[in-house]
Amino acid sequence: MLESVIQNILNALQWGSYYSLIALGYCLVYGVLLLINFAHGDIFMVGAYIAFFVSTLLLGHYGFLPFALPKGLVLALTIPLTMFLTSCVGVFIERVAYRPLRRKGANRLYVVITALMAGLILENGNLALLGASRKNFPELLDKTVYTLGSVAFTNVKIIVILAAFLVFWLLNFIVTKTKIGMAMRAISYDRFAVPLMGIPVDTIIVFTFVLGSSMAAIAGILFAMSYPILDPYMGAMVGWKAFIAAVVGGIGDIRGAFVGGFILGFVEILVVAFFPSTFRDLIAFTILLIILSIKPTGIFGVAKTTKI
Amino acid sequence: MRRFTVPLLVLLLFGVLIGLAYYDKLDLYVQSVLMFMGINIIFGSSLNIVNGYMGEFSCGHAGFMAVGAYVSSVLSVLFFAQDKVFGAPLLPPEYAIYGFPIIVIIAFIAAALTGLLVALPSFKTRGDYLAIITIAANYIIITTIINLDFIGGPRGFMGMKSVIFAMEDVAFLPWMLIWVYIFTILSIWAIYRFVSSTYGKGIIAIHQDEVAAEIMSVNTNKMKLIAFMFSSGLAGVAGALFAHVLGYVNPNSFNILKSTEGLVMVYLGGMGSLSGSVLAAILFTFLLELLRPLQIIKWVVIPLLLIILMQFRPEGIMGNRELSDIFPRLRKFYQFK
Amino acid sequence: MALLEIKNLTQYFGGLCALTEFNMTIEEGDLVGLIGPNGAGKTTVFNLVSGFYQPTRGEIIFNGKNIAGLKPHQVTALGIARTFQNIRLWHEMSVLDNIMIAQHYNLGYSLKDLFLRTRRYQENEKRIRDEAYKFLEIMNLKEYALEKPKNLPYGMQRKVEIARALSVKPKLLLLDEPAAGLNSADVKELIELISWIHKEFKLTIWMIEHQMTVVMSLCSWLKVIDFGATIAEGTPEEIQNNPEVIKAYLGDGKI
Repeated sequence: MLESVIQNILNALQWGSYYSLIALGYCLVYGVLLLINFAHGDIFMVGAYIAFFVSTLLLGHYGFLPFALPKGLVLALTIPLTMFLTSCVGVFIERVAYRPLRRKGANRLYVVITALMAGLILENGNLALLGASRKNFPELLDKTVYTLGSVAFTNVKIIVILAAFLVFWLLNFIVTKTKIGMAMRAISYDRFAVPLMGIPVDTIIVFTFVLGSSMAAIAGILFAMSYPILDPYMGAMVGWKAFIAAVVGGIGDIRGAFVGGFILGFVEILVVAFFPSTFRDLIAFTILLIILSIKPTGIFGVAKTTKI
Repeated sequence: MRRFTVPLLVLLLFGVLIGLAYYDKLDLYVQSVLMFMGINIIFGSSLNIVNGYMGEFSCGHAGFMAVGAYVSSVLSVLFFAQDKVFGAPLLPPEYAIYGFPIIVIIAFIAAALTGLLVALPSFKTRGDYLAIITIAANYIIITTIINLDFIGGPRGFMGMKSVIFAMEDVAFLPWMLIWVYIFTILSIWAIYRFVSSTYGKGIIAIHQDEVAAEIMSVNTNKMKLIAFMFSSGLAGVAGALFAHVLGYVNPNSFNILKSTEGLVMVYLGGMGSLSGSVLAAILFTFLLELLRPLQIIKWVVIPLLLIILMQFRPEGIMGNRELSDIFPRLRKFYQFK
Repeated sequence: MALLEIKNLTQYFGGLCALTEFNMTIEEGDLVGLIGPNGAGKTTVFNLVSGFYQPTRGEIIFNGKNIAGLKPHQVTALGIARTFQNIRLWHEMSVLDNIMIAQHYNLGYSLKDLFLRTRRYQENEKRIRDEAYKFLEIMNLKEYALEKPKNLPYGMQRKVEIARALSVKPKLLLLDEPAAGLNSADVKELIELISWIHKEFKLTIWMIEHQMTVVMSLCSWLKVIDFGATIAEGTPEEIQNNPEVIKAYLGDGKI
């Protein structure tokens, strides 16, 4: 009994880690731009694919490299490279699609639609380019199974959970302690006054997208390491869910998004433990809706008052 | 005389279409494209009530379509068709002609009530939170259907074709084309009447300044409910027609992608423009068919086209104007504002 | 009987006390003012009376009925209209629509009439439209009926907002800083407009205002609040010389 509880808690933490990392990206962009970046789930998918190509390239699968690198080095190189390349994709979308619309003063909802469209392009472009066959992510880390009493867990599971917390800690540091993080928070408090204070808003926005996309990239790598089968639509569903998780946590606050991701992870694992798996989305979404109707601003959210 | 110009044109078009279809001058493919156009017009313009006129952001419109589709399909099979699960028809199948409009109205009511359930918690929340609630509602509706085994679960539900055949046995006419046409016109008519009345303009007031609307005696909560129910009810009508045109329904035809299509039509046409939504729906259906040979690349090209269009016309094709604003001469025939 | 009687109205926001034990009586036909430094709680009083906030304590009796806790649209339907500090018109709709939509409390037809375009619908829509036009004519705004408010000069927007508030035929009109943002010529016009409205519609008016010229030339009675508490009341002349008021506005002279 206790073993299965611990096992499920570990599973939920692992599952929640992905949601949390993606939710953080949503939260950052939303905080700075008030934009629901619906392409973010697909950025996560792109991250996983980039990680796939980078690591297979480094492992010498395509014959570009005269020699194959050892696995550990490949992993160490894949992470920063993937983060960099995924950030490029995120920033590219912002520069090409969102920024011109912002400049023209288009209604916010049009930017949201643009984000939806960008997501569709990423998904289906991928499908068109690479075909429907799924990609098998190479094993970059030898799987070892530890047993503690009768609880078994893999090293990957522990790495995923630790990585999520580490990333959150870093992000929290950036947002609260650094100058650029302060500027990000300033924009989310008052987007009209900030440019007047001489803060380069566009730079901050680009930086936000870099942060968000690289976290999606990390989530992509971690996801691919534990579930090594990639398909173009893997990002869409996870993305929608992570967004809802971010809102349940309170989308204005990165702590909220982080906690929200784990809540969703726990709810889903719990549901699967007691019900048939087809009920997972049904019950998970219902619970999230109930949380939202009890606390409409989310768990960490602060109610915004309109001045009359 | 001018008062009757528009109704006469509508009747004339109806006669021409049905005549062409009856004498086999309109092949089945064109007919089905026309029917999907009608369904998309209802779907897009109904979403425009909430997302365009009222300025809220509802993302799960396809969920209400699913409710309408399933309620109507189950009812029409239950009453007018032989089915493995539901057994013999409860009424003689030749009554299907009279029963069908009633079933569509029930689909409207069912979807509107679902809309009510979704809209109630959304009062406490504002702005983007409605987006979450509707996305979640869309998922909840679909997964509920998937888990209901007696209506086929993930496999979908069929049997509506035999109801159409029953109608054709009574009189050999292109029945679905007739129904789609009638309900499309009715829906546009109803939306037009709603948003051109002082009462309906209350939702535009809510969009522009909710505080001012409330203080100037607009019951904002009630208005939001009515607009939301009206909009989701019409989505239910679109769903009912969709199910009967196809002859089968599958829960996955009503996923977020379908909702996204609705959003595209609203924002392509312009928020708060009825003629814009209609134009966008026609254009969008046409584009989908035109690009069909591209297969999956279609879903790269269409979003790309939209993004490019947004860069040049960030307010959609029509902005919030109507055809009668762009061509003032049309005002002789119908008054919009 | 007084038209509006406010008894011990108190409002807390969290732990912050925005208004304490506010009392006020307004007789029918009065034109009175509420003044005080920035952040004194003046707009809070108006928000409480018009129903945007639920008061923590106290009663607001309008026409013999306690309206505390009603929704704003209900309060408006009972006969209290208001304007806002920062103009809140529906800027994308015509001036005529702005006036017509304010008739929501008195449409006279149901949804069924709307969809079926019954005689009742048509008669009532016609009545609303005709009344709106007539009203715009009285207010000298008829030539702007089909303009969008955002295209009008600021002073004119203010006038449209007052016209919209009047179109719900209120017994009591609350004006929240009507002179804010107006130049001196517009202010002069505004003073004339308000005193004309006061006479023409036999209206009771309660206004918040900062500009002393406006208050002094219009109001017969003033109430001064600071930090949510009443510090003085009286005729404009009395208030002008009240040391408490001078202290609240200018500080107590010690540096």
